[in-house]
Amino acid sequence: MSFLNYLINGLSLGSVYAIIALGYTMVYGIAKMLNFAHGDIIMIGSYIVYTCMSMAGLHPAVSVLCAVAGCLLLGVVTERVAYRPLRGASSSLAVLITAIGVSYLLQNIALLTFGAEPKAFTTLIGWKGISLFDGALMIRGTTIVTIGASLLILVGLELFINYTKNGQAMLAVAQDKGAATLMGIDVNKTIALTFAIGSSLAAVAGVLLCSAYPTITPYIGAMPGIKAFVAAVFGGIGSIPGAMIGGLVLGIVEILSRTYISSQLADAIVFGILIVVLLVKPTGLLGKRVMEKV
Amino acid sequence: MRILEIKNLSVHYGVIQALKEISFHVEEGEIVALIGANGAGKTTTLQTISGLLPATGGEVIFHDTDITRIPGHRLAGMGMAHVPEGRRVFPDMTVLQNLRLGAFSRKDKAEAESSLKEVYRRFPRLEERAMQIAGTLSGGEQQMLAMGRALMSRPRLILMDEPSMGLSPIFVNEIFDIIGRLNEDGVTVLLVEQNAKKALSIANRAYVLETGSIVLEGGAKELMDNEQIKKAYLGE
Repeated sequence: MSFLNYLINGLSLGSVYAIIALGYTMVYGIAKMLNFAHGDIIMIGSYIVYTCMSMAGLHPAVSVLCAVAGCLLLGVVTERVAYRPLRGASSSLAVLITAIGVSYLLQNIALLTFGAEPKAFTTLIGWKGISLFDGALMIRGTTIVTIGASLLILVGLELFINYTKNGQAMLAVAQDKGAATLMGIDVNKTIALTFAIGSSLAAVAGVLLCSAYPTITPYIGAMPGIKAFVAAVFGGIGSIPGAMIGGLVLGIVEILSRTYISSQLADAIVFGILIVVLLVKPTGLLGKRVMEKV
Repeated sequence: MRILEIKNLSVHYGVIQALKEISFHVEEGEIVALIGANGAGKTTTLQTISGLLPATGGEVIFHDTDITRIPGHRLAGMGMAHVPEGRRVFPDMTVLQNLRLGAFSRKDKAEAESSLKEVYRRFPRLEERAMQIAGTLSGGEQQMLAMGRALMSRPRLILMDEPSMGLSPIFVNEIFDIIGRLNEDGVTVLLVEQNAKKALSIANRAYVLETGSIVLEGGAKELMDNEQIKKAYLGE
């Protein structure tokens, strides 16, 4: 029964990775850039919730909305100010390095504003959870909410992309920016929308992450961000279902190896997976091989 | 009435000047062909007109409006469509999704549906393959899809870049028949082609582009009899 417990914990952590990975993979698929500051948006989202609840005394739901709105704005502004001017740059390295710079900038802004000492995050999910098999299997409320939220987000995103005009515009921009322009699609606006969605999801991920691990420091976003990146690559970067599967697998592997192998080796195993995937199937589980035009 | 007027248009790729102050025009209802060898600047001309490339000098006038600095994504809504070189359909989407994207700039949903019927009437094969992924269509079918997609915006002017490229002779004839019929239905066409013979056979007028400059212009029939053209482009 304890194995089942660990599995469910893994699913829960994996759901958080999946939500973060969705942001990574969408931005990569549409803007063709790796936004290494994506993890730090999570951290900013957590601080916004903390500020709203502990300092301003707002209702948890309002606080979460504030975090989503704040991160959405932050995502759109960083894209506009830091990434868009580099879109035509001759080397794609320029925007990658800028993203790393934005990541440090956000961490240091948080450090300056909130200090280095960890802040205690009061969980937003009051629900104790459910107990099955006469208490042999306890599933925490946070776990259920996290898994449910990630499923909801996945379904919502699929519906948005396949059945709305803006969703179709995103797909078109992902496949051919020039042809999308000829259809009358504003590529810049579409990319901004992608950042808005990805960053809002990061805010949600931040709330869920801090509900499970209730401490905030300026660096909490870095590790989950990188692991979500591994998840996105594992699932096939650019693929939405791939990010979801990658996130879940990574979360389960991390929790199980922490439990059964070694808590110190867990991260090494997670990153080992990245190396193996890149060696065996460089395009990831659901990624497509991009045919180079001759 | 003049639907398109190009005045002293220049385009640079870095320090290299790809278009050297070219001027030409298209009258409403015409088929105008732009012919020339590889690298003459034909595709550059079309891409600059439709706003994919920035002009470094000169003007593009579309229906009395100076569109030289208007971003490309706004032109579809103004009545200009561009069928790009290599077709560039969205390969991972279905035929129907591609066609619907063609109507992206339109606000009139109901009328866009009637345009879809119209496109299906013109290209029955697209209706048969509506649910097929566009990347799996044959070259000729992709060309039809690219044309159908352009028609979904109900354009008054279509820019067509090398519609015959890579197609079998049967498909080439079919595509040119379709362009002819489109024109009879009132769509003005600016056609870029390497297949000069085919292009001149359906065009009213033509311009000959050589290394970024227009070196010859005239009626299509007249150019077809021109000794220089015969030698250089018609292979006679």
